[in-house]
Amino acid sequence: MSSGVIATSAVAIDDVSVRFQSKRAETTAIERVSLDVAPGEFVSIVGPSGCGKSTLLKLVSGLLQPSSGSVTLLGEQVRGPRHDIGFVFQRAALLEWRSARRNILLQAEMRGMSSVEAGRRADELIEMTGLSGFENALPHELSGGMQQRVALCRALLHEPRVLLMDEPFGALDALTREQMNVELHRVWRETGTTVLLVTHSIAESVYLANRVIVLTRRPAVVKEVIDVDLPSERDYSATMARPEFAAVTAHIRELLGAATGHD
Amino acid sequence: MKPVPGDRWRGVAERSWRPAALLAACLVIWHLITVTGLVEAYLVPSPGKTFDLLVDKWSYLWGHTWVTTYETILGFVIAGVLGVLMAVAMVYSRTIESTAYPILLFAQVIPKIAVAPLFVVWLGFGFEPKVIVAVLMAFFPVVISTVTGLKSVDTEMLELAATMGGGPVKTFVKIRFPAALPHLFAGLKVAVTLAVTGAVVGEFVGSNEGLGYVILQANGNMDTPMLFAGLIVISVVGILLFLLLDLAEQLMLPWHSSRRGAAVTTLLAKGGT
Repeated sequence: MSSGVIATSAVAIDDVSVRFQSKRAETTAIERVSLDVAPGEFVSIVGPSGCGKSTLLKLVSGLLQPSSGSVTLLGEQVRGPRHDIGFVFQRAALLEWRSARRNILLQAEMRGMSSVEAGRRADELIEMTGLSGFENALPHELSGGMQQRVALCRALLHEPRVLLMDEPFGALDALTREQMNVELHRVWRETGTTVLLVTHSIAESVYLANRVIVLTRRPAVVKEVIDVDLPSERDYSATMARPEFAAVTAHIRELLGAATGHD
Repeated sequence: MKPVPGDRWRGVAERSWRPAALLAACLVIWHLITVTGLVEAYLVPSPGKTFDLLVDKWSYLWGHTWVTTYETILGFVIAGVLGVLMAVAMVYSRTIESTAYPILLFAQVIPKIAVAPLFVVWLGFGFEPKVIVAVLMAFFPVVISTVTGLKSVDTEMLELAATMGGGPVKTFVKIRFPAALPHLFAGLKVAVTLAVTGAVVGEFVGSNEGLGYVILQANGNMDTPMLFAGLIVISVVGILLFLLLDLAEQLMLPWHSSRRGAAVTTLLAKGGT
């Protein structure tokens, strides 16, 4: 920032709408949503089930094109699947015939990265996410949390500047989920990656993020953008105990309650 | 965790005693039927007599067995290669899929035994018509299972591949094809047993060698022991080829087999019935 260059957004969603054409009718999933994410920022997106949160991530990755409006990623308009991102889904989506390490390296093989460099980076990530000792395990030998760690490593292997996460911990039990939150927070701080996280968990959204975007139910519009005013380094239980944390989560819960109720 | 070899073999023994016992029981019943005179000996030979014949005429049977096995394997391999290529084309092109499906179905529904004489007319009495019938029999399950396998890949996995930028060839080689292998192997196992049938059917229609010919000859001469011997050898060929594929599957897809549980012995039980 001190260089004097104006920092452009890592992700800029500009007046985007998405409409799906079904047999009978046209449904609007997203209605004129605009959102700017600064480089290195962690933004959580919460909203009622099926409101189109995941659709937003697909727009950013280029897996889906908006019906109107534009999405810009790292200064370049998104027109097709982008390769300069990392993506983590709710299901780990691992190749069951590959070991944890080789699943992570799939990213490198698909991209044609140098195998020495990729191997070094994979070992680093395995260390960072606590997968050491499980490198050679097959996915079905790993717990859900471990599988999701592998998916996270795979998404980070090529050092993407933007990481997209679609309810990555939704299938995990509460305790594992907390652990993963703590680890994701640490990984984010260590890598400085821009993160867009779609989640159902209000606590998770607040604990991890600089900002929380609250969407309404379909058609999704931005209900409110909440700045999370918590220290950048966050100890889990200490953060949970802070009054600001309680205030913000209560506010979001209220917003979501209103969003899911009648208009 | 890897099982200790000793444990593994004990497991095999534990699982195989039931089918072995059933087989023994069948042999005993067969024997009893023949010794009690319930059925005339010229209609159903005793197991002992059949076994003796198998031993006495072994060199004669061996030559014909080899012919049938050769036709079967050739037909199976051709059907396997063509079937996989066809399936890939169908999965990647809607046009090819919709164009080829009716013809594929037609080729499957048409009774092979009815068209086999045509191949004899066209190609003579050599091995070619037998191989073609074997191919026709084995082709369909390979195509269907491979299509199912290739389509079974997670959408998420394919979306992920799109963000990795490997292109369609890498996506196929590293993700789609390996993911389809369990289905493909299931199809190949069905196909190999059908290929045996195809080869024998081809031999029925017109040939002077092979196990189909042996059975036809035995039938003409009312030589029921030879007929039974021929049937047994055909079954053994089919079962062995099936087990060979099962073994190949275990070696190539340990990640899959380990979850499927006891493979060879369970299937041996299936193949024996």
